[in-house]
Amino acid sequence: MSATPTTPVTTAARASSRERLLAAYLLLGILFGLVLTKGELVSWFRIQEALRFQGLYLYEVFAAALAVAAPGFALLTRRRVRSLAGELIVIPPKVLGRGIRYVAGGLIFGTGWALVGACPGPLFALLGAGVGVIAVACVAAMAGTWVYGYLRPRLPH
Amino acid sequence: MIGDLLRQPWPWYVTGPLVGLVAIGLLVIGNKQFGVSSNLRHLCAACVPSDVAYFKYDWRRAGLWNLVFIGGVVIGGFVGGVLLANSHPAAITPQAHASLAALGIHDFAGLVPRELFNWHALLSVRGLVMVVGGGLLIGFGTAYAGGCTSGHGIAGLADLQLPSLVAVLSFFASGALASHFLLPLLVPR
Repeated sequence: MSATPTTPVTTAARASSRERLLAAYLLLGILFGLVLTKGELVSWFRIQEALRFQGLYLYEVFAAALAVAAPGFALLTRRRVRSLAGELIVIPPKVLGRGIRYVAGGLIFGTGWALVGACPGPLFALLGAGVGVIAVACVAAMAGTWVYGYLRPRLPH
Repeated sequence: MIGDLLRQPWPWYVTGPLVGLVAIGLLVIGNKQFGVSSNLRHLCAACVPSDVAYFKYDWRRAGLWNLVFIGGVVIGGFVGGVLLANSHPAAITPQAHASLAALGIHDFAGLVPRELFNWHALLSVRGLVMVVGGGLLIGFGTAYAGGCTSGHGIAGLADLQLPSLVAVLSFFASGALASHFLLPLLVPR
């Protein structure tokens, strides 16, 4: 996916390719924000509908997303494809260990998810959608992450 | 006519595949793993000076791309949630509508219930628990679990990672419990 540079890579060239990559991330972020809002994944009502098992919408979205992402990921890693930035595409495995962090962290996150009706992606999209109070939830989420970082050495993982 | 069309919500078979393509796109662009909650850590590392080891890393090197990505999410949220805002309430099922109405929700317009998410409600104990308490739990829980709905729910599951499945089952279970048993205590009647 990437061509070997024929000219020596100068600092300026590297900087400009870095900027192009950042522009690509920005565009992909804009698309994701659009998908989150137009797909109603930021809708508090949709999240409660799913968590109360009273509608299939969110589960259909998840299933369709995984039906695209899973074969895509497998293809990219098995065919040893290189990214546009030039690196080999690898997906680092997550280590299960005792698994406490995934159960405890998941249970804590899920509770907050139901209360706010938004997970981190939608928090940022709702900010853009002009739901001002969500800024408070975003700052609170930052504070929660900070508290985790502070307590991390004392928490079981 | 075109305006009406653009304002329509997207069905699951458009939304879902696009979410999958975003995760694939990040790998293709720069071998980056899809995951929004890492940004909460990067923001802490960037904005809150401290001696906490968890935040002592080069956040520009590790997370600038992701911060730019969520900057895009904010812009996309403005385009999709303001410029192309759906003028009708989300078409949730009649059962969901009835159960939320029974909780005390009256206004189903917009992306969030206005009666719960406004500055005035934030000053009440219930509003504080919901918005600040909920936000704290989201930030703490996602950092503890090492991912959220995007990192574990999409990227992790798409790579068939067992830890992600454990996390996803955990947050759906507690989310269901909280929506059933905690939310009724917090919605003012």
